[in-house]
Amino acid sequence: MAEALTPRGPKPRRRFSRTNIMLYGTLIVFALYYALPLYVMIVTSLKGMPEIRMGNIFSPPVEVTFQPWVKAWAEACTGINCEGLSRGFGNSVKILIPSLILSIAIASVNGYALANWRFKGSEVFFTILIIGAFIPYQVMLYPLVIILRELGLYGSVWGLVLVHTVFGMPILTLLFRNYFTSVPEELFKAARVDGAGFWGIYFRIMLPMSLPIFVVAMILQVTGIWNDFLFGVIYTKPAHYPMTVQLNNIVNSVQGVKEYNVNMAATLLTGLVPLIIYFASGKLFVRGIAAGAVKG
Amino acid sequence: MTSVLVKDLTLQFGALTVLDNLNIDIPEGEFLVLLGASGCGKSTLLNCIAGLLDVTDGEIHINDRNVTWEEPSGRGIGMVFQSYALYPQMTVEGNLSFGLKNARMPKAEIKQRVARAAEILQIEPLLHRKPAALSGGQRQRVAIGRALVRDVDVFLFDEPLSNLDAKLRADLRVEIKRLHHSLKNTMIYVTHDQVEAMTLADRIAIMKSGLIQQLDTPTEIYNRPINKYVAGFIGSPEINFFKGEIEGTEFVTEGHRFSLQGYEFEKPTTSGSAWLGVRPEHIMTGPAAKGLAVTTQAEVEIVEPMGSDTLAWAKLGGMSVRIRMDGQAAVKTGDQITIGFDPARASLFDTDTELRL
Repeated sequence: MAEALTPRGPKPRRRFSRTNIMLYGTLIVFALYYALPLYVMIVTSLKGMPEIRMGNIFSPPVEVTFQPWVKAWAEACTGINCEGLSRGFGNSVKILIPSLILSIAIASVNGYALANWRFKGSEVFFTILIIGAFIPYQVMLYPLVIILRELGLYGSVWGLVLVHTVFGMPILTLLFRNYFTSVPEELFKAARVDGAGFWGIYFRIMLPMSLPIFVVAMILQVTGIWNDFLFGVIYTKPAHYPMTVQLNNIVNSVQGVKEYNVNMAATLLTGLVPLIIYFASGKLFVRGIAAGAVKG
Repeated sequence: MTSVLVKDLTLQFGALTVLDNLNIDIPEGEFLVLLGASGCGKSTLLNCIAGLLDVTDGEIHINDRNVTWEEPSGRGIGMVFQSYALYPQMTVEGNLSFGLKNARMPKAEIKQRVARAAEILQIEPLLHRKPAALSGGQRQRVAIGRALVRDVDVFLFDEPLSNLDAKLRADLRVEIKRLHHSLKNTMIYVTHDQVEAMTLADRIAIMKSGLIQQLDTPTEIYNRPINKYVAGFIGSPEINFFKGEIEGTEFVTEGHRFSLQGYEFEKPTTSGSAWLGVRPEHIMTGPAAKGLAVTTQAEVEIVEPMGSDTLAWAKLGGMSVRIRMDGQAAVKTGDQITIGFDPARASLFDTDTELRL
């Protein structure tokens, strides 16, 4: 028995207690579980085909080569054209940027109106909008094809932009409405007494306070739209296929040898944009929340 | 001249009537306090005057102009909120000038008005700070400044001091009073704090469930409360109520007979059951009680010394009586003391209608 200590100051804690071992053990197992596929993909994409055929998928590359990445980006073939993923990347950007701006712009104004300018039937309107989020996409696929055809947008990038904007609306509106509801009502009242109107309050009071929620909305939309496959394949022509559709075409087109390294590189390239968004805006996100936390 | 006139104002949220056919006439330059417990409709009334709520029925006139359908900014009012409601992303200067910019006022005049308001409120060194970098008192001053720069006729205060600590509240209370003296604007001030109401008001409107119970000067309300609710609401510690019967010129309660000599009845009454209200500070003890119309003996139950004065709870038969004594009074539990009061300073209320007799 150790000599009795007088309890004073911070209570000493055992680093290797049973709870800690359990806790960290579980965490490490799960981290490995999720990190391993990524590791295999990266390693494989840096190997040459002869090395892959040897079969050690977990071993690091003996000879590092970036050729698969170059091929995936610029040379891989889908059907007759051999431009690699670069064209799909361009298409995805062309789809993403307008969809992102449009959907966030409209949804934020929607949310603002629903939170601060209650009008007759606004609750009903909101409920209908939210129900829209629960209707399965499959039900709407064909009607949307007809609508787009009638609008003359079928097969174009703008048609797909419209689809993304519409499908992003329920969840984004909900997001913005809830955020704006949490802004103190007195702030809104003060602005009205100060003579600011609907747009004045939106642009000069609400917008500057809402950076965090805009970042959240952006993350949601960028990942959602970038990762979309279904709408891309249905509502556009091959010339406008987004990156995901093209990735699928590259990976699934079987001509001679299956080039695992190119497939892995192509997949990683496609996943890069959402990944970068997470890493880049993660910081902005935290900073945004910190700035918003200081209430006036 | 009438500054603010509220005419037959009714406000309903669905089936719930928040304000019921309210009428108030506020002369120019008056400091009116709307006082009441939470949920009595006082803030709602203020919001209606400000135009932040659409009324169900009735009219609101400001400076002899019917503004019932006007936007808040077009009514000639400035408003100060409980949570200050400063725009967090703007500097103090930005906060002060926001309303003026919306009104498309020339830059030079905005500058001049902001400077004047800052001088009056002594916030000049703070002009380039953000609200987050201000203390509570400073924020409230900026909030008042925002109303001040707009050069309005009527100031509306919605519990402006409730978020401040006790000391700061007392300081700012005096400052608001000083501001009223120098500006001479009409001010409507909502509070649930009776000290604020008593000290600031020219007139107080005591509200309960959407109705104004009494609208009068602080002195009148304190001395001659119109009903039992008002009597109980105003005054701290709370007024003592005795339930009993009026018999001629005497009030009988639980075997005690109190003379009513000197009490001014609203209309001559010589019988019927009633409440007798006596304020703790009007009950005298010891030698001072001797010459009064009502004197009796009581036993001290609990003593609460507060420094400036001492609150004693005494047993009078089966009833408990609050007595406010001198801070230095040497009383302790179990003491037999002589207490007495002057019926002229008491209040009598009918037990059924609870109205003043």
